[in-house]
Amino acid sequence: MQWETVIGLEIHTQLTTKSKIFSGASTAFGAEPNTQACLVDLGFPGVLPVLNEAVVKKAILFGTAVEAEIARRAVFARKNYFYPDLPKGYQISQLELPIVGPGHVDITLENGDNKRIGVTRAHLEEDAGKSLHEDFHGMTGIDLNRAGTPLLEIVSEPDMSSAKEALAYAKKIHQIVVYLGICDGNMQEGSFRVDANVSVRPVGQKELGTRAELKNINSFRFLEKAINFEVERQIDILEAGGRVVQETRLYDAARDETRSMRSKEEANDYRYFPDPDLLPLIIEEDFIAETVQEMPELPAARRARFEEQYGLSAYDADVLTATREQADYYETVVAEAGDAKLSANWVMVELAGALNKAGLDLPQSPVSARRFSGLVKRIADNTISGKIAKQVFETMWESEDSADAIIEAKGLKQITDAGAIEAIVDEVISGNPAQVENFRNAAPDKQPKMLGFFVGQVMKKSQGKANPKQVNELLRKKLADA
Amino acid sequence: MMSDLHLMSIAGLSAGLRAGDFTSVELTRHFLQRIQQFDGELNAVLTLAEEQALEQAKAADERIRAGDGGPLTGIPLLHKDIFCTQGVRTTCGSRMLDNFISPYDATVVSRLKDAGVVMLGKTNMDEFAMGSSNETSFYGPVKNPWDRERVPGGSSGGSAAAVAARLAVAATGTDTGGSIRQPAALCGITGLKPTYGRVSRYGMIAFASSLDQAGPMTRSAEDAAHLLGAMAGFDERDSTSVDRPVDDYAGQLNQPLKGLKIGMVKEFFGEGLNPGMNASMQTAIDTLKTLGVEMREVSLPNSHYSVPAYYVVAPAECSSNLSRFDGVRFGHRCENPQDLEDLYKRSRAEGFGPEVKRRIMIGAYALSAGYYDAYYLKAQQVRQVIADDFRQAFAEVDILLGPASPETAFRLGEKSDDPVSMYLSDIYTIAVNLAGLPALSMPAPMVDELPAGLQLIGNYFEEGRLLALAHQLQQISDWHRQMPSGY
Repeated sequence: MQWETVIGLEIHTQLTTKSKIFSGASTAFGAEPNTQACLVDLGFPGVLPVLNEAVVKKAILFGTAVEAEIARRAVFARKNYFYPDLPKGYQISQLELPIVGPGHVDITLENGDNKRIGVTRAHLEEDAGKSLHEDFHGMTGIDLNRAGTPLLEIVSEPDMSSAKEALAYAKKIHQIVVYLGICDGNMQEGSFRVDANVSVRPVGQKELGTRAELKNINSFRFLEKAINFEVERQIDILEAGGRVVQETRLYDAARDETRSMRSKEEANDYRYFPDPDLLPLIIEEDFIAETVQEMPELPAARRARFEEQYGLSAYDADVLTATREQADYYETVVAEAGDAKLSANWVMVELAGALNKAGLDLPQSPVSARRFSGLVKRIADNTISGKIAKQVFETMWESEDSADAIIEAKGLKQITDAGAIEAIVDEVISGNPAQVENFRNAAPDKQPKMLGFFVGQVMKKSQGKANPKQVNELLRKKLADA
Repeated sequence: MMSDLHLMSIAGLSAGLRAGDFTSVELTRHFLQRIQQFDGELNAVLTLAEEQALEQAKAADERIRAGDGGPLTGIPLLHKDIFCTQGVRTTCGSRMLDNFISPYDATVVSRLKDAGVVMLGKTNMDEFAMGSSNETSFYGPVKNPWDRERVPGGSSGGSAAAVAARLAVAATGTDTGGSIRQPAALCGITGLKPTYGRVSRYGMIAFASSLDQAGPMTRSAEDAAHLLGAMAGFDERDSTSVDRPVDDYAGQLNQPLKGLKIGMVKEFFGEGLNPGMNASMQTAIDTLKTLGVEMREVSLPNSHYSVPAYYVVAPAECSSNLSRFDGVRFGHRCENPQDLEDLYKRSRAEGFGPEVKRRIMIGAYALSAGYYDAYYLKAQQVRQVIADDFRQAFAEVDILLGPASPETAFRLGEKSDDPVSMYLSDIYTIAVNLAGLPALSMPAPMVDELPAGLQLIGNYFEEGRLLALAHQLQQISDWHRQMPSGY
């Protein structure tokens, strides 16, 4: 039988606010356990939540970016269940009236076609704390630092039909939230968590198959693997005449498999109801307009502008705008160095290569955009050649020095003085009479290739500093003269 | 003189403190002594904060000597044990919080502290404010000082009994379905439930968040005006508190009321009302008329739905609000839990009493999948209908009037096995909470030697006018001056 896969994603994005969604406690990651939980986060008797306005703005930015409707009236609801890392015994979330209504994003498929994926909704909620099962000898440690951290849960339509599509969609959402500056996108630290609802059905069947919800996926690579494993598992069950059980399954990266966590029968009745401690959130038109003013340029618009403004190819523009950091980096470089194409090459090839080799992401680059632009500028204005520039870049990577300081200290400045270059050229010509003879006797179409030897000699003698263009011109002239 | 301090009003005491007739320390010792003398039989006070009270009194005396402070500086009062008080045990009348010492003060507590009041201690109450007789308290029932065989009402029964017996100048209370007004009626004092959102709920242990409201319990409307002035106001830590200036309640007590239109609520004078109570109300109304107010009859046609709607909404909210008492971070934890589920089940089974459990069960049921629409949603719709009734009534009149309770204080144990009959003792007070309106109960002529409560209901944020009407009525009557013998 031919099977068709249906996938929908629920993505929890931690919003980058200084304080929590309903309290003034800090949201910084990595503090000592239970040092960043105030009485509100701890659910003490008598305490009350107060909504942090910053999270509303971030949700509005996201909604606008996916062309969704922003609710004029959103309601926080309590999701009731008992768990030790859920201090109040309920999570404040949104059920019936989420802040962001239906929207969509477009993903690019492998064959280059675009596919539109529906975003059903996005709602605000508070995160729970963490239960730590190791190191406590049969007991569980509770760290409530994360309790109350703001989340925007983004729910998609079941519009994806392969792990690759799911991956493209997840990356697209990732790109948007990071571009918007509303989420740091760090999957390892759990700032961007993807749960996948996966089901299969015979091709042609209308109704959906029974789904499993996959959790604990903490990288894009694992998302693809988890879905592929799950699809095969479900097909195997169905082909053996079995039935898929609706359940939550954990992805185990070490074994590359999914494991049952809880079935539908064990699922809680969450007894949702509107939180009486929080009045309905009324969002005025003016507030939305004011918030959208702070909207940064989104990837698609920036890509188009890069092609237009800098004359870049579609490919270069796409690569450079892949992340907001990279696009910002590039624009800093080009503003200083001037040459758009040269800047693009250096960011995409030399910088990216060095980062890749060092296993670093752009924000961790030892060479800042400003310092890097100083290097590209010196290539553009012929102070150094591209080859010398690579040398300079290596030194910059290891030090805090500017390109100019390194060029100066090492005396790498390109020789452009015609007299100085002529002296070296003359020296090379007189030092290699046999080669000169051969050159002059060669057929004109062979000559350009043979010129390389002389260029090489001149560059060697000048320690690479002679301006290659001038060297070429002068050599051609002198070799033809005699 | 010194022996009569407990009979004086807040204004009188404040003047005496300023004149140097006595100090706040003397006043505080006087009340501490009275509590020690009389509370053994009343059980109104759960925790006495003697040391802290005397320190606060000393500080108040210094403020007064420096010419600082206001009308409440140096005045000793009691807080209902539902308000979190830093460093002083806060039990909420429950075994669950028998060992709980709050690390912070409720906003009501800190505001009154700033005003310079002296906290003598904490008063007994129905467990988590769930009850109308104070019999659900883990610490045993409070006795009514008018007749110790009878209940003081609830849930703020300890506060009502303590004020009636003059064990404190005043006390704080909370009212979710009548918990200030009904005990005030049964103990013969004045108690006001403000407009929902007028007083911060921060630090007040939540029973039903959309209904709970704190208010003053005093011997007169004038005292209530002073206390409310310090309690009320916007609090950025409570999203449901209203950002609106606080009226000068004490300054408005003598506002002209001639021509004020008062509506007798027809439904509150029907079959369920005890005949003696009805006669008491009529006498009060006749006296009221001499103030030049206009009386007429109005109807709240849907008020009979208020008790059923309340007993869906309040338990639903409480079932969620009380989830935090799980034995993990604070409060009662069972011995030797075997696993997480055992910890939850036994800690909660041991920590909560039967009435609290009953309401958690009702509330969880009303919110569960498949029942939510029929119960919770329907109850919310009824709430709207009831609020609309009030809106129409207030289009015709300025203030509504009726009894606060269908009968006088009942005997201990009389209703404790019959929850529905107990719930019906709040039949005249609950609609007000569902609509979020302000209302007070004040003493009316006694019925068979027991206090009766006259209830006045105002439109939103009209506490000032309610207090003025009550005050002016108290200027021409003496029902509020009667006090139980033996105290």
